[in-house]
Amino acid sequence: MTTAVQPSRRTRPSVIAHKPYRRSKRRSKTLTLLTSLVAIYSLIPLAWLVINATKTQQGLQSSFGLWFANGKFALFDNIRDTFTYQDGVFLRWFANTVLYVVVGAGGATFLATLAGYGLAKFNFPGKRAVFATVIGAVAVPGTALAVPTFLMFSKMGLTNTPWSVIIPSLISPFGLYLMWTFSAQAIPDEMLEAARIDGAGEFRTFFRVSVPLLGPGIVTVLLFTMVATWNNYFLPLIMLKDPNWYPLTIGINSWNDQAATVDGQAVFNLVITGSLLTILPLLAAFLFLQRYWQSGLAAGSVKE
Amino acid sequence: MALPQVAAPPGVRRRRRSWKGWQFVGPFMLVFALVFLAPIAYSIYLSLYKNRLIGGNSFVGLDNYRQALHDSQFWSAFGRVALFLAVQVPIMLVLALLVALAIDSGRLHGKAFFRVTIFLPYAVPAVVATLMWGFMYGSQFGLVGNINDALHTSLPDPLGSRLLLASIGNIVTWEFVGYNMLIFYSALRVVPTSLYESAEIDGAGQFRIVRAIKLPAIRGALVIATIFSVIGSFQLFNEPAILRPLARNVITTGYTPNMYAYSLSFSGQQYNYAATVAIIMGVITMVIAYVVQLRGAREI
Repeated sequence: MTTAVQPSRRTRPSVIAHKPYRRSKRRSKTLTLLTSLVAIYSLIPLAWLVINATKTQQGLQSSFGLWFANGKFALFDNIRDTFTYQDGVFLRWFANTVLYVVVGAGGATFLATLAGYGLAKFNFPGKRAVFATVIGAVAVPGTALAVPTFLMFSKMGLTNTPWSVIIPSLISPFGLYLMWTFSAQAIPDEMLEAARIDGAGEFRTFFRVSVPLLGPGIVTVLLFTMVATWNNYFLPLIMLKDPNWYPLTIGINSWNDQAATVDGQAVFNLVITGSLLTILPLLAAFLFLQRYWQSGLAAGSVKE
Repeated sequence: MALPQVAAPPGVRRRRRSWKGWQFVGPFMLVFALVFLAPIAYSIYLSLYKNRLIGGNSFVGLDNYRQALHDSQFWSAFGRVALFLAVQVPIMLVLALLVALAIDSGRLHGKAFFRVTIFLPYAVPAVVATLMWGFMYGSQFGLVGNINDALHTSLPDPLGSRLLLASIGNIVTWEFVGYNMLIFYSALRVVPTSLYESAEIDGAGQFRIVRAIKLPAIRGALVIATIFSVIGSFQLFNEPAILRPLARNVITTGYTPNMYAYSLSFSGQQYNYAATVAIIMGVITMVIAYVVQLRGAREI
């Protein structure tokens, strides 16, 4: 389990670390074909989304779902309309989502990193209680907490403000767990001892010595908490009434529901284009940061 | 083991106990107390009271729990998610495990492509995933409608009462197969390859290696993934709630326990009873998670 810990990354080209371990194995066409079926299953809805973002509201109804509509290629019109519809409220939702992600996921990652490091590298009174409480509470369905949290927050005057979405996002038990196992493996005790002998305080040691070693773990937790906050639906649904504070998920769904209301305008082309614009940033983040989160997950993975 | 043991990492015993660790753990625990412990305590409190038109808020002991035990709407919602759990979770986890084993076997062409592609849906919000599948399921401009028109078939309506739960299961499977695959794959990657090599020298076939070495080695990951899936199934809310406008007569407001609790509090103002339902679901979830962990510790 001490494999793939990071310091080697800088001195060796990473290709070596990812080298397939059994070069002698023959590749199998059958196995590749079977796995391709799962890959196709994963991609079809995304392909559907991209294709249909190029259609007008009329084109959506009159053309085959997995092919482009005859006539107008409306992608750019759709994008423009998505951003300008209802006085550009989409942009506002986008900004809200970014705010919730930066403060919520950023804060969650920071808290989880501090606490995971504390659990892995210190022996303190109450450690077992912390362990038991966090593990026990994780099994409580998160959405079951939503109603009492809503009632508490409404008494504190926090509902319908960004805080009502941000504060609950600050806790990521999965992030804590990952940073805990990761810190235990990636930071040698000797390095901490050496820093302490040199007279560095605990926080200085943490930021100077430990954080650089925790890089891949931090990126991994950041990505997963980003997904959790970016994709959050239930929490903002109950906390927010004012459309000006909606994140993208709630906003897009409100456009979708609009078609079912009396004299509501059907804007499915904007729902689809808005959905595409919503998922692009996250897909891009996962693709570009692949190397980090994959090594972070591997090193933090559950061991026997 | 599924979870790290408190005293496990080597070197811990050498460290003296001191309060210093709290500087790091304290901030997390403070927020944790506010958003986890306080709401749990508050909902236990709520579940023991009743708000009546006459007499206001009064202590009723376990009355709300008695009411829930005889609440057919709650139990039918519970039965629905239990069925969902029993069918969808095994399908999803087995599929994820097969893909992880395939990628780990080193026998695939382009394994990096598969690893990323199959994981991508996890990054798609449940709202977008459900809207997409909902459009595709639709008989108007959905794929099902297209196929019926083109081939003059009459495929059953995925949003009809018979298939709806399966259609939701498909959406959830689509969202999480890749995530679970990645958990299994990450665990497989840290199995020492020397184990496989010596097994091969001893003449063990691939299936034997999977059964005797790989599966036991990733037992912890299997347990964690099962627990997360159990929790996820019991919390089922987003997918049915977002599909509801498309199938209003099939998806009732009490379709899942969570939707039931939601409608109790936000359209019925019955906060006390909603808290009771939430607590019952929480206790059942914890018990099942605990059983999964115990069984997982013994065998697969």
